[in-house]
Amino acid sequence: MDERQLKIKEFLSRFFKNHDLQAHEDIFALGFVNSLLAMQLVAFVEKEFGIRVEDEDLDLDNFRSIQAISDLVVKKSGAAAPVAQA
Amino acid sequence: MKAKQQSIKCVVWDLDNTVWDGILLEDREVVLRPQVVEILKTLDERGILHSIASRNDYDLAMAKLQEFGIADYFLYPQIHWNPKSASVAQVAQDINIGLDTLAFIDDQPFEREEVAFTYAQVLCIDSMQLDGLLERPEFNPRFITEDSRLRRQMYMADIRRNREEEQYVGATEEFLATLGMVFTIHPAREEDLKRAEELTVRTNQLNTTGYTYSYEELDELSRSPRHRLLISQLEDRHGTYGKIGLTLIEQDPEVWTIKLLLMSCRVMSKGVGMVMIHHLARLAQEAGVKLRAEFVSTDRNRQMLITYKFAGFKEVDRNGEVMIMENNYSAIQPTPPYVTLITD
Repeated sequence: MDERQLKIKEFLSRFFKNHDLQAHEDIFALGFVNSLLAMQLVAFVEKEFGIRVEDEDLDLDNFRSIQAISDLVVKKSGAAAPVAQA
Repeated sequence: MKAKQQSIKCVVWDLDNTVWDGILLEDREVVLRPQVVEILKTLDERGILHSIASRNDYDLAMAKLQEFGIADYFLYPQIHWNPKSASVAQVAQDINIGLDTLAFIDDQPFEREEVAFTYAQVLCIDSMQLDGLLERPEFNPRFITEDSRLRRQMYMADIRRNREEEQYVGATEEFLATLGMVFTIHPAREEDLKRAEELTVRTNQLNTTGYTYSYEELDELSRSPRHRLLISQLEDRHGTYGKIGLTLIEQDPEVWTIKLLLMSCRVMSKGVGMVMIHHLARLAQEAGVKLRAEFVSTDRNRQMLITYKFAGFKEVDRNGEVMIMENNYSAIQPTPPYVTLITD
């Protein structure tokens, strides 16, 4: 896992104690994802990586695993970056 | 549906020359104002909370409030030397209500102006002009329900819960398991309708559409064969949270639509909104119908959108401001082990 994924893993580990979460593991299969976890996860991703999760990004599949969250962050920060000079 | 009426949920009191006559640090024999006691009691019975913003010595002031027998009326008292605007904001945050539902009472024009300057939405009142306060419409909720009368006790139980939660070192889920939560969902009966209206008027943050309904409209909906109006209630070992949720479902032969789903902000950290949504998804799936939900974004209800999306809803249509989502049932989860679900 890269640094970004490790940060996400560290955050999620607070909710899934005593479980070594893998990059592709489906967190929704691990236990009940309650509204509190959902809200804190979105807030964490926005604050930690400085991106804004738009309504259309709020898709279950974007938050299903460490890998999915990491991909979302890459996509969002890429889109937010200034356009490169031609 | 009707326009939102602004009602006060909490009164934040100054102490010196407001709750009592005199300045405590100069004169230990300050005199409690009988008119204030009457207001404290009356508003408390109406379900309006009280707090304190006073520049004072905390221990001394609390001891005096104890001596007067009124200390228990005040939630999250702010007794220190910081600006009162900060105190007022802290009270709103701790109780988890909007600043526009607060009233601030102080004898000093400077303090009232400082609060009003920082937060124009706070209603500032001169403590020398309390006559007629109890009759003002902002201090008169339309209904006084069992939940409103018990509101302060329920907040007190919340404070105990939160203190325990802060001290708990394990995972959130383990902590929730220690609470022994019982979540009850039942069709709204006539005696629930006042509380149902109160919930639609009071709840902003955890309201999926921001629609409010009058007693008469709710009465009609509760009898309508096309609609299902559900009230939910939460209890744990600290006591009851009261009736904290309202859900309105429109049932057509092929499709059920959640028109409204709201939860009191006091249960925000208990995760029961998701339990409700998964329960509805299971019911709809068993009934062989599609489950849709309407959602209208406000500046405060993003958490409800997140809850819907994480329960597997996806946008399928849009009608002006109203987003229409549908659940494909691929993400349904059973009720978590830390909640006992009772339905009838």
